[in-house]
Amino acid sequence: MTDTNTKPAEAVGPAPARLASSLSHIITDLGKNGIFLALIAVVVLFSFLTNGILLRPQNISNLIVQNGYILILAIGMVMVIVAGHIDLSVGSVAAFVGAVSGVLIRDAGMPWWAAILLSLVIGALVGAWQGFWIAYVGIPAFIVTLAGMLIFRGLALVVLGNTNIGSFPAEYRALGNGFLTNVFGEFAVDPLTMGVAAITIIAFVIQSLRTRRARESYGQEVEPLGWFVGKLVIVTIGVGAFAYALATFKGIPVTLIVLAVLVMIYGVVTNRSVFGRHIYAIGGNRHAAELSGVKTRQVDFYIFVNMGVLAALAGLVFTARLNLAGPKAGDGFELEAISAAFIGGAAVQGGVGTIGGAIIGGLIIGVLNNGMSILGIGIEWQQAVKGLVLLFAVAFDVFNKRRSGGR
Amino acid sequence: MTTNILEMRSITKTFPGVKALQEVTLEVGRGEIHAICGENGAGKSTLMKVLSGVYPHGSYEGDIVFENDVVSFKDIRDSEAVGIVIIHQELALSPYLSIAENIFLNNEVRGALGLIDWNKTNDEAAKLLARVGLRENPTTRIMDIGVGKQQLVEIAKALSKRVKLLILDEPTAALNDEDSDHLLDLILHLKQQGITSIIISHKLNEIKKIADSVTVIRDGKTIETIGKSDVTEERIIKDMVGRDLEHRYPDHTPHIGEEILRVENWTAHHPQDPTRVMVDNVNLNVHRGEIVGIAGLMGAGRTEFAMSLFGRSYGSRITGKVFKSGQEIQTRTVSEAIKNGLAYATEDRKQYGLNLIEDIKRNISMAALDRLSNLGLVNDNEEFKVANEYRKSMNIKAPTVLAKTGKLSGGNQQKVVLSKWIYSNPDVLILDEPTRGIDVGAKYEIYTIINKLAAEGKGVIVISSELPELLGICDRIYAISEGRITGELPIAEATPEAVLTLMTMESPR
Repeated sequence: MTDTNTKPAEAVGPAPARLASSLSHIITDLGKNGIFLALIAVVVLFSFLTNGILLRPQNISNLIVQNGYILILAIGMVMVIVAGHIDLSVGSVAAFVGAVSGVLIRDAGMPWWAAILLSLVIGALVGAWQGFWIAYVGIPAFIVTLAGMLIFRGLALVVLGNTNIGSFPAEYRALGNGFLTNVFGEFAVDPLTMGVAAITIIAFVIQSLRTRRARESYGQEVEPLGWFVGKLVIVTIGVGAFAYALATFKGIPVTLIVLAVLVMIYGVVTNRSVFGRHIYAIGGNRHAAELSGVKTRQVDFYIFVNMGVLAALAGLVFTARLNLAGPKAGDGFELEAISAAFIGGAAVQGGVGTIGGAIIGGLIIGVLNNGMSILGIGIEWQQAVKGLVLLFAVAFDVFNKRRSGGR
Repeated sequence: MTTNILEMRSITKTFPGVKALQEVTLEVGRGEIHAICGENGAGKSTLMKVLSGVYPHGSYEGDIVFENDVVSFKDIRDSEAVGIVIIHQELALSPYLSIAENIFLNNEVRGALGLIDWNKTNDEAAKLLARVGLRENPTTRIMDIGVGKQQLVEIAKALSKRVKLLILDEPTAALNDEDSDHLLDLILHLKQQGITSIIISHKLNEIKKIADSVTVIRDGKTIETIGKSDVTEERIIKDMVGRDLEHRYPDHTPHIGEEILRVENWTAHHPQDPTRVMVDNVNLNVHRGEIVGIAGLMGAGRTEFAMSLFGRSYGSRITGKVFKSGQEIQTRTVSEAIKNGLAYATEDRKQYGLNLIEDIKRNISMAALDRLSNLGLVNDNEEFKVANEYRKSMNIKAPTVLAKTGKLSGGNQQKVVLSKWIYSNPDVLILDEPTRGIDVGAKYEIYTIINKLAAEGKGVIVISSELPELLGICDRIYAISEGRITGELPIAEATPEAVLTLMTMESPR
């Protein structure tokens, strides 16, 4: 009845045909979510290797807090990469803005909230500076942001006067290592955390149902009901277990809240908004986008402004977590953020990539870092392993495309 | 004993889910020019890829017999070693290297110590260029010569490999008439030197002119091979589409209304060299329901005019006025042009028209996302519905609108481009070479769509280098030469001779 044009035989067909259709659905879904399976594989592997330490509540909480700033950067980076650019400067920008925020709070005595807002504005200005050269002057992003990497690292040192600045007010530090907990008193399992998890799950289920209904009402093909319900159950268990781990430790990290809000906003921006469509259009074929009325320069410009703001936010979170703004802050962040985007399935040529993929890519790197640290593997081997993972992830993607490409 | 240089016997090639070639036979006589015709997707290119070793021996069934030996090529180098050279539609030249470097790429002339002997390289290249009739210095960079000359460099490169069987895949698709004629003459000339050619072409008049025999392929099967004396355009078309095509152009009864677009004194200069006039004081108009042709050779300023008008996508120092229904409008950016009711479908759909890695749905909605969005958010269910409507009404052959446009045939890609512009709801559509590189059947469909647009009261401007096409579908034709409009003819007065005279008119100096 709802199936207007897609293989009507299957809807009323015999059971084996329906089973085959369900199976093919599950397989394509798994194929699309291969990166997610990879994350699970890495988690399982390190849980074994570390005798379960990886999945201890405290460690799970640490995983989020330690990787928050990389994930924030990865969100902006995947948009930059989809549009066919790259940003090498984000680590330096994070250091620069972190340093500025430190000076504003400690030396200028600015209230913490004003310092945070001003820092984000400075991030936007930094992004506008780089976006100007890239979008309106036409210098490749690689060059502009390579220059930016040096410029803002230098400025960070200037701002800091070559020393560390530390000891910030608690409200500011909460951004990096605060927790929402014990709002309702002391419990073994924090009720607030579990409540938020329950609301999240309910909202997710309602949203999924509404999307499914809307698709059905437009006569589009939807996945088999069993698989649909199965996925909801998997998500429920996953979110529930994760929340339980947090609830038995310190509760919800503030960084996680920041991240969740960002993922929701940018998920909508990239998936549903006209601006997001324009980013993919530019990455897919810049000329065609231009001739379809997309203001390519303006879009490029705002992508970098946005990256600047997110780099600033990452800098704030990092500074708050360490309670220290130092000259070495943010060193190598750009590489981890870029790796996260590529491991998450973004294409080097642009046009392809998702926020979800980048987040999972970032988590894979995070689990690798964390797991290898627990095992006591030295930094030198950690670097080498992460390099190989990046290489193999992209190689796998290339191989997959070649196979499905047909010719 | 046989006089055939090549026999391909019962070639079958399957891709996952598709039988691209089914028991195809091809016999090519020594020293002849053999044309292969067929609609896009009929299997011509696949057959040539089998022949040249792009698809290695073992990936297909059947035998290839070359010079009386059964051959099995592992890759393209094997086929080149015995003298089979293929020149692809998209030329494989390196733009920043010189002509000579390109000719001897991967086949370098070595001197002492294995180093490249540049004097000898350029010397040999000059000899080859003379053979193909190209008067250019061998040290000129490829990017500095036109497409027509690049094609000749490809042939020179083939000659350097001691070619016996030269395969040309749509060699004239990107060439103007003059360059095409030169190329066809060259192929005839090579024939006298004993070089056999296989030419894949859509242009039936060319085939008639040079081919000694024609093999028609349809749906991956050989239909027939026709000898020179029996070749007629009608017979080839009938074989290609599997039915009689009485009329190559659909009937069109014009209902011409009031003026919808008028362009006055439009002038544009070269983007890099603002002293060079590319579009020179062009004046033209279009009425509702009217199909207006712009005839001109390649490089005459047709595309330059259209793109400079459409949001200044081309050129510098652009001046002139545009009026829509008598009201002056601005078209300074593409989005402004779209908002004011213009649409421009490019001549190069792969480079400028489509996002090939994206699906049909998102390509169709690209130019009119505001129609589908609210507060900056796109309604993707509505988008799916719209795209599906166009898939049906435009007869886009794809299983769903989620198919990537990169996997569609040329004709279907063009339908996606047209859908995009029709959905943007324009008053005037400028269609630049709307049927380039698409097959006869799809061409007819495109003409039908153009007629329908005119019948709906839109103004349509068609730019084309195929004169018969313009004469077949237009109500009025402007001729353009060296950036100037050299004349305007109502269709009743537009004979091929009259239009050609105007198209080739040089400006008084």
